[in-house]
Order: sequence, then structure tokens, then C-alpha cells
Amino acid sequence: MRKSIRYLVPLMLMLMAVMLSGCGDQYLVLDPKGPVGESQKDLIWITVWLCAIILVPVLILTAYIVWRYRDKKGNKAEYQPNWEHSTKLETIWWAIPIIIIAILATVTIKYTYDLEPSKPLESAKEPITIEATSLDWKWLFTYPDEGISTVNYVQIPEDTPIRFRVTADQAMNSFWIPQLGGQIYAMSGMAMTLYLQADELGTYFGSGANFTGEQFAKMTFDVKATSDADYKSWVESVKSSAPALTEEGFEQLKQPGSSDQQFFSAFPKGLFDQVVMQYVGENGAIAPHHGAKSGPVKDEEGGGHDTSSMNHDMDGMEAMNHSSQTDQE
Amino acid sequence: MFKDFMDFMLNDFFITGDPLILGAQVSIGLSMVAIVIALTYFKKWRWLWTEWLTTVDHKKIGIMYVIAALLMLFRGGVDALLIRTQLALPNLEFLHAGHYNAIFTTHGVIMILFMAMPLMFGLFNIVVPLQIGARDVAYPYLNSLSFWLFFFGAMLFNVSFVIGGSPDAGWLAYPPLSELSGSPGLGQDFYIWGIQISGIGSLASGINFVVTILKMRAPGMKLMQMPMFTWSVLSSSITIMFAFPILTVTLFLLFIDRYLGAHFFTLDGGGNPMMYINLIWMWGHPEVYIVILPAFGVFSDVVSTFSKKKLFGYKSMVFALMSISFFSFFTWAHHFFTMGSGADVNAFFAITTMLIAIPTGVKVFNWLFTMFRGRITFTQPMLWTLAFIPCFVVGGMTGVMLSVAPADFQFHNSYFLIAHFHQVLIGGVVFGYFAGLYYWWPKMFGFKLHDGLGKWAFWLWNIGFYVCFMPQYALGLMGMTRRFNEYNFDMGWQPLNVVSTIGAFIMGLAFIFQVWQIAHSIKFLKKEKSGDAWGDGRTLEWSIPSPAPMYNFARLPEVSSSDAWWEEKQRLANGGEPKPLAPLEPIHMPRNSGIPFIMSVFFFIAGFGFVWHWTWMLVPGLIGVGCCLLARSFDYDTDYYIPVDEIERTEAALKGVR
Repeated sequence: MRKSIRYLVPLMLMLMAVMLSGCGDQYLVLDPKGPVGESQKDLIWITVWLCAIILVPVLILTAYIVWRYRDKKGNKAEYQPNWEHSTKLETIWWAIPIIIIAILATVTIKYTYDLEPSKPLESAKEPITIEATSLDWKWLFTYPDEGISTVNYVQIPEDTPIRFRVTADQAMNSFWIPQLGGQIYAMSGMAMTLYLQADELGTYFGSGANFTGEQFAKMTFDVKATSDADYKSWVESVKSSAPALTEEGFEQLKQPGSSDQQFFSAFPKGLFDQVVMQYVGENGAIAPHHGAKSGPVKDEEGGGHDTSSMNHDMDGMEAMNHSSQTDQE
Repeated sequence: MFKDFMDFMLNDFFITGDPLILGAQVSIGLSMVAIVIALTYFKKWRWLWTEWLTTVDHKKIGIMYVIAALLMLFRGGVDALLIRTQLALPNLEFLHAGHYNAIFTTHGVIMILFMAMPLMFGLFNIVVPLQIGARDVAYPYLNSLSFWLFFFGAMLFNVSFVIGGSPDAGWLAYPPLSELSGSPGLGQDFYIWGIQISGIGSLASGINFVVTILKMRAPGMKLMQMPMFTWSVLSSSITIMFAFPILTVTLFLLFIDRYLGAHFFTLDGGGNPMMYINLIWMWGHPEVYIVILPAFGVFSDVVSTFSKKKLFGYKSMVFALMSISFFSFFTWAHHFFTMGSGADVNAFFAITTMLIAIPTGVKVFNWLFTMFRGRITFTQPMLWTLAFIPCFVVGGMTGVMLSVAPADFQFHNSYFLIAHFHQVLIGGVVFGYFAGLYYWWPKMFGFKLHDGLGKWAFWLWNIGFYVCFMPQYALGLMGMTRRFNEYNFDMGWQPLNVVSTIGAFIMGLAFIFQVWQIAHSIKFLKKEKSGDAWGDGRTLEWSIPSPAPMYNFARLPEVSSSDAWWEEKQRLANGGEPKPLAPLEPIHMPRNSGIPFIMSVFFFIAGFGFVWHWTWMLVPGLIGVGCCLLARSFDYDTDYYIPVDEIERTEAALKGVR
């Protein structure tokens, strides 16, 4: 009796977890609203089923063997204390995981190339570029085409590919909108590209997913997907009603601390690239990294970006041109 | 002057103003006073020094490792309960953000480096020489040094909680957050030096056990006749030898960045934080296999002992162990698929990661078929082993799910990941080491642990584990990210977080049962009469009295098969003649030495000086270390022989006990 409880309890709990995850719109990852998240959900279910092919028989076999061969008076099951090897059996259980892993590996390779974050999505519409910058501890979004800027809030038109360019001013973060698709790191000195798209109207949860220090938990943001028309009128209203983000305003924003949602009708031109290139020094040398490219040499704008707690000189340089697909499209 | 000093002590040196930390300071102070009083009152100072602090006996060093690890399990466990309490309800203000960050950081570091590692080395020390028929490890003095370096490294790390401030940049301390720009405080320096000092000890232990196993086996014992635990120690130790130097170098570079203003991992000056992330995981991934492989070894020995049957597929098992330790060096980038390294890199590391599932799966089948056609008795070590199998299989499956790179974009850094690695680390490593502790406890101390209380602890651990971590898989799919110190009510994360917290407290209760179990078993001590406590022992450690005499084997055994002790018992039971006893010979033994302890104290002093940038302190510390090295170099009186008549007396006394 007790022995069967040992297996029942974990099984029930696992079952509970699985059942729970099958339903409910709280399960953001399993309730995607865009093509990227949709493919990732499919992939997750493929892996679950492939794993279950091994998992379920092994659990049943374990329970059976433990029950059948328990040391009890009158147990008539076979007892062969010196039986230690069977080439046939061992070949079988080397082969089973090899086959499953081979299938899974094939699927994985296909999806890895299909879902490469920097790969443009197929669509009749032109992608919209939005730049996301992780600051301590808020997200700054700049819309280079529309010329507006927001904090902890993104609005996007539905059915339109969004080309996010992602960076961080200081600590490394990760940019994650679970219902649209998987995350990408936000790294200082790097401009990462992540294509996402929303197929349905709605407001989606976004967050930083890599620890950035004290008020990391405040780095959540809303993603609102609207119709094209609503998107255009929202841009217009921000342009006409919100204040502009100035250089000084940006310096203020960079100060450590959390923030509510904010809207700006304009922002300093090339702000995102300035953040990315801020560690390219006056002498302009760029560390050779993944096929270095030379320049463009940017002088550091004013004295304005003294990251106060840093007590090294800023004479160095580095534009971490990590890999070719990230920086130049 | 005095006022300045007091200002410094109260504002910078000691952490003040937090009731939790004040409580810790007071209780640390009181318990230290209590220990000093007790040692003086019972006149135990000399005993402590000669029997423990200076010992080079692997069995005693092993016991000290185990004690230290259990204390650290307590500290890390309290950290875990604080984390879970903070997360039980939305926007709870139980811990403020900075404090929460410090606690999850120390929880991770302590559980991996100062709990799992020493518990593992404890088992290595207690078991390996006995299993291979040796009288000590290859380098007993180095072994003692390893322990004390670990101990003082751990103390240096732990002291940051009350002095100077805890590290709070995550257990692997990614730059730029862990650089001066992100963490100007002292916590990160305590982190670097605590880990560096104990890391030297770990590396030395790895080397020590590789040499021990390769050179000190009993006459006749071929590699392919070694007990499976010894094999797992060999594979784990080889992995240590290749992985720990990477950790040492990485943290040293971070130290140079912070101490001398270099730019290895900074944002400016040509530094590259991504380099650190690569390097730390080149150590970090093998590290998790370093701790899991010996657990596999424990399970292999336990399964075969309590199924009263030979281990199934010995050669497969050895091949699986060695291939896991080999492949563990080629999977590190799966910890950051989201770094955007491109599809080529991600596909490569996804596949190398999946490959590890193959030998691991084979091991599970071999354990199952060891039980198949056996006779299973449900002793405490066997219970932990049986709980391990389903738990680890599920944890392994979620690991395979995480290895699928594009799917990992959705799992990464979420509670799904947290649930996965706790499932393999608790279900695999902790259950494995518990199985090992219960299994070899009679060999260590000469008595078994109480069965009833042990079963309570077992069930509470298991129920607590599933209640705590199964909801976390779901929370991950709900988008809950690790290291959030608070969340909003409208996310719908609250119910499962409450369940998870309850599970954590059930595990806390289980730990209390284990402490009670040990105390109860000591109070109502039932001395183990035979050396073969379980009656079904298969390997050499069960052929000698418990606890083993200081020289372990009066006569070195001759070995001609695996399961040497089981075969010998079978031979005698079938009417075989007892082997004639060879005449006793004087036994060559290493002398105790105080130098490892003193040298580690100097390491602690130097580390403390480095943390505070106190040249007046770090220089004498380093000089002290140098002097200890010199003193050892010119110490020629390092060994002695136990004369035959003393061996005869000891053996006769032990026979009397038996």
C-alpha cells in the first residue's frame, strides 16, 4: 500500500501540472498570439510527446520491477543474483534513446534555423522597427521611423512584423514578450535583432528576464497590439500631446530607479545607436571580434554619459560587433 | 580616533539596521561563545587539535566535510525558505529588494559550492580508500589542506552576511553587474575570494583522488573490477581537474578588473562581458556533472547491494560515466542560447546537450535491470534510490526540452528552468548523497540511523519536493521570471506560489526530522557489531570493522573480481576454506600536521585583506601562506610506522567488539 503511494503521489502531482498547463489563458507560453510564439509552442509539444515515449514506459517499468522483485517471503519471481549482462538487452536500450534523440535533433535543427531571432518574418507588410533599451530599471522604447519614444510601454500594429533592436545601457538583460515569442539578450555594446509579430489585438505582458540588479522586478512592460488605424492615431496623439525626450531627459531616465509608463513626442536623433556605441572611445579603435569592422568613430556626446559609479577612465573602446547578423541589416 | 573607528565598525564593517541580520549576528556571537566555553569546560581543546584539526586521516576529514556540508545545507535551506516566503504572496514586503537579491545569490553559491561539493568530497574521503583496499589517499597532507581551504573559503563567504555585505549579483555573478560599475560594494569581493580559496582545495582534491584511484588500489584490483562508486569518483575527479582551473582563472580576471581596474569583462576599455559568461559556464556546466556523477555511483552500489544482485551492464555503466564527463565540456553554450550567437552555434550546442541524455538513459535502464530478477529490500538508502529514479527521469526529460534551442527562448530564465535544475539537483544530487550517507553511516560511525524517523524524513522530503517544484514548471509557462522579488496580483501567479512555498516548508520540516533522527540515533546508540552492517555488502569496505581502524586494513586484501567481498562470502558459504592469513607487517602511515589548518587561516586573512583593500592585512596573510609552504618543505618527519604488536592489539580489541 505504502509502496504504491510512493508512485501515486508524484504521478498525481505531475498529472496535475500537465492538466493545469493544458488550459487557462494564464499560461502565456502555451497561449501565443503571434507566428513566432506559435511555432515555439508547436515545438514544445513535439518535445513533450517525444519525451513521453520514453518517460511513461520507464515509470511503469520502474513501478512494476520494484513491486515484482520485492524481497518478501513466498515471492515466486525469478532470482538470478549473477545475471549481469545481456548484449541484446543493452543494445536495445542504447538504441532507443539514440533513435529518439536523433529524431529530436533533426526537428531541433530545422526549427533552430527557422526561428533564428534575426530572420525577417514573411509578410506582405513592411516591418516596423522599434528599438528597446534596458536601463536601470526600466525599458526605453524608441520608434526611429515615427520619431516617438515610450517607457515601459510598446504599441504595435497587428499582423505587421516588428523588428526589435535590443540593447542595454548597463547590466545585461533579456527582452521577453512570452505571448509573441521567445527572448533575446539585451547587452550593452550590442544591437540584437528580434522579429516578432502579433496576430491578434490585445495587451501582452513583457518583462526583463535576466537579473539586472536591485529593482529588476520592476522591469515589466505592456505590449498593446492594435489595428493599423489605431496605431497611427496613437502615434499622432503621442506626437501632439507628449513632451519631447531631451538629452538631459535621457540622462535623468538613466538614473537608477523604476518608472511608470511614459511617452515622448521626440527623442535625440540616433539615441539608440549612441547607447550601443557609447564605449567606442575617442581613439576609435575597435577590438577585433568576429571580423572587426572599422568605425564609424563616434565621439562621446558631451560629458553627459558619465556612468557615475564607474571609476575607470573611459579611454577605451569597444563596439562589440558580435556577429554579422546582429548589427547590420 | 576612537569615534572614527566606531563609525567605521558600525557603518561599514558590520551590517546594521536589519533585524534579520542582527539576529544572525547575535546568534553567531552566542554560539561561538558557547563553543569556547564548552571546549574549555570539558577540557577538549587538545582533543580538538590533535584528533581533528591536525588529522590527515581520510575518514576523519570525510566526517568533517559531512558536518560542514550539513551546516551549509541548513544555511542554504534557510535562505530558500526566506525566498519562498517573500514570493508566497504578491507584492509582499517581507524582504526588501536588495536583501532578497543577496539571499538568492548566497542560496545558489552555498548549495552548489559549499553544500553539494563538500558533501561529495566527504563521501569520496570516507568511501574510496576503503573500497579500493587502500590505507589512505595518495596525498593525505594535501587532503587535509583541501578540507581546510574549503572550510575557510566557505567561512569567508558566509561572514559577508554580517560583515561588509553579501554578494547580490546572482550565483554566477555575470558582469557588468558584478563589476565595480554594477556592484561597488564588498559582497562581490567576498564572493570572489570565498570561492577562490575553496576552489584551490577542490582542485587539489580532484587530483588527489585521481592519483589515489589510479595508484593505490589493492593488489589484483583491475580498473574494470573497481566498485561503481569508485568509477564515478574517478570520472568526477577527472572532470574537476579540467574544469576548476577555468573557474580559478575566470574569477581571477574578475578580481583584477575589480581590484586593479583592468578591463577583461567591463563595458569600456575593450572588455567583453560575454567572455565571462562563456568562461564561467565552461566551468559551470561540467560542475553540475561533477556533483551528479558520484550520486550515480552511489545509486549503482546501493541498487546492487539491496537487490542482492550484481550490477547490470558494468561496462555500459563505465562507458556512460566517462562519456558524460567528456561531453559535459561541450555543452556550455546551452546556458545562453538567447545570446544570439546564431543558428549554427545554437544547433551545435543543442545537439551536444541532447547527446548526454543517451548515456544517462542507459544508466537508468541498467539500474532497473539490476533490480530485475533481484530481491529488493526497502532500506533507507534504497528508498532514496527508488525515489531518485522517477524524479530524475522527469527532470532529465525537462532538461531535454530545455536543450531544444528555439524552445529554450521561451523557457530561459523562467521558473521552468528553476524547476528543472532543482529537480535534477535535489532529485539527483541531494537524494543521491542522502542515499550515500545512510548507506555508509554505519561504516563511518559504527551504528545505523533510526529507521522510523528516517522514513518520516524521506516521505516529507519527497512530498515537499513535488509540492514545491511541480508548480514552478507551470509558473515558468505563465511567464514568471527567476529572481523577481515581487509580482503583481493580476498575473495570476499567486496560487501556485503559495503551493510552492508550502512545499518548501515541508522540506524544511523533513530536514528537522533528519536532525532529530541523528540525535535520536546517538542517544539510543545501538552499536553495530559486524563490519558488514547491511549484511549484503559487496565491496571491500564491508570486510573490515566499523568504524574502520586508522590503518583501515591490517592486511591488504587480494582482489580478483568485482564485488570482492560478496564473492568471498559466497565462496565461504559454499564450503570454501578461509584464506590463510599472511603475517602482519608494520604499516606505513602519514603523520598529523597542523600546517594545513594554519596555512588556511593565513589564506583567510589574506582573502579578508583583499576584500577590504587592506594591504596591512593581506601582506602578512600571504607571507604566512609562504612560510607555511616553506615549513612544510623542510619538514622531513612526515611519516611513521605502526609496529606489528600495536596492530595485533588493535585487531584483537576490534575482534572483541565483533
